[in-house]
Amino acid sequence: MPGKSKKVLLAVVVAISASMMTPARPSGGTVSGKITYEGTPAKQKPIDMSKEPTCAKQYTTPPTTETVVTGPNNALENVVVYISAGAPDEAAPSKAAVFTQKGCRYLPHVLAFQVNQELNVLNDDQTSHNIHPLAKINREWNKSQPPGSPPIVDKYDKAEMIPVKCNIHPWMHGTFAVLKNSHFAISGEDGSFTLPNLPPGKYTVTAFHESYGDQSQEVTISSSETKTVSFTFKAKPY
Amino acid sequence: MRKIYLAKSFAGIAILLAAPLLVSAQQGEAHIGKLSGNAGAGKQLYYRYCWGCHGFRGDGNGENWLPTGSYASQPYLNIQPRNFVAATFKCRSTPTGTLPTDEDIYNSLGRGLTNSNMPSWITLTNQNRADLVAFIKTLSDRWKTDKAGAEINVPAEPAPTVQSIQHGKELFTKLECWKCHGPEGRGDGPSASTLTDSNDQPIRPYNFAGGSRFKCGTTNHDLYKIFMTGLDGTPMPSFADVIKPEDAWDIVHYLRTLQVSHKSPELALWEGTKEGAEIVKAQKVRGTPTGAGVNQ
Repeated sequence: MPGKSKKVLLAVVVAISASMMTPARPSGGTVSGKITYEGTPAKQKPIDMSKEPTCAKQYTTPPTTETVVTGPNNALENVVVYISAGAPDEAAPSKAAVFTQKGCRYLPHVLAFQVNQELNVLNDDQTSHNIHPLAKINREWNKSQPPGSPPIVDKYDKAEMIPVKCNIHPWMHGTFAVLKNSHFAISGEDGSFTLPNLPPGKYTVTAFHESYGDQSQEVTISSSETKTVSFTFKAKPY
Repeated sequence: MRKIYLAKSFAGIAILLAAPLLVSAQQGEAHIGKLSGNAGAGKQLYYRYCWGCHGFRGDGNGENWLPTGSYASQPYLNIQPRNFVAATFKCRSTPTGTLPTDEDIYNSLGRGLTNSNMPSWITLTNQNRADLVAFIKTLSDRWKTDKAGAEINVPAEPAPTVQSIQHGKELFTKLECWKCHGPEGRGDGPSASTLTDSNDQPIRPYNFAGGSRFKCGTTNHDLYKIFMTGLDGTPMPSFADVIKPEDAWDIVHYLRTLQVSHKSPELALWEGTKEGAEIVKAQKVRGTPTGAGVNQ
């Protein structure tokens, strides 16, 4: 008898823990897809960094501009894909978003983060940069950051796509994508993106590219399904 | 009894009518010392003196910037007038990214902006200028949601010394001011030709050798504020986070010596040293603008 009751108890424990495990599995749906272009995108030019030798010497071949970055099979990189409507606004995560200036370029070229999330701007170079995010909805500021300076810490309280530039090094351009919720992704080398953990609902998915503007599509998630949403941008040769 | 009731209802109506007026009065105010500006009075002045350049809506698209007709593509002005709707101001005593104080705008109106088409409006009365500040603040919603930034602390200026000028010179090199302003402060640094303002209009860095006035004032105190707050909307960044106050005064003293055609205590001190005298002599433009007297 005692042996049997032990077995029953074990079975109950297993059953309970199994039922408790279930919600831990991602229950929401997923939107995934691929960003492509059609037409001829502007040819990216090698950057002449000869006026900034400390940066130029970091490259064996000069890096190219990044206004349009493409991959194989017409893939379009650096596109911000996000839920622009249908998802509630979310509180900012505690982890800071990091934007690094290295080799007189911005890493990453496009940085997406949330409203009121801490932003840290680092200078890894042996030259001064000025960080000049050209905000229009948020406040525009412009700060100098000589080598060895501490990170510039800031945050934005409104959603906005903000072009960022360094006036000292005119080839340095980037984007801050300040978004209202955590459902965002940036398309990779193959143009793909994934927005996981979406609760059932009707959403507007928006794709933003710094040179080609934005596009939106509606998608309805009814259970833990995966919906494919793809965007094609018309490339301009100039 | 009936009279009292009527009086009460009149009072109620009066309060209802006055309520929106009170709100708009707060938005349309400016305070500069003992002066109080009134937006209503400022509006009259704006549509007499300012809108030709700054535009009907205050967005900087006045007809002098965007003339219509056969010369539509050629603005009369070479720098776009300030866009009061965006409310990004160059001359501030407040940190970068914040709104200026009422006094900052008031001072800009009286001073004008050198090397631009913005004249000095000292022909208007102090009250007129205060009224204009109040009206300018109604042109942007930013003044409804944001307050002016806290004025930056400017410590008392130490007397200039040769040591402070030399230290300022080192910092000018170290902080790479020369990247835009040039090694002699002539506005001809390696990045100078590529600079654009936040409206993508070409913009020149300040040429210290060319004059005595800065964009935002003439005094050492003004100069201190220019690089510590930055000129928002232009490539000139704020150095408030990277320069200590005592170092900032050293830079001010050095920058004065770059104004080789403008007499100052700093220039006199610098010319009194062997190093300084040689540098200033080399930097002085010889001859006249017509070319007479230039050594061939």
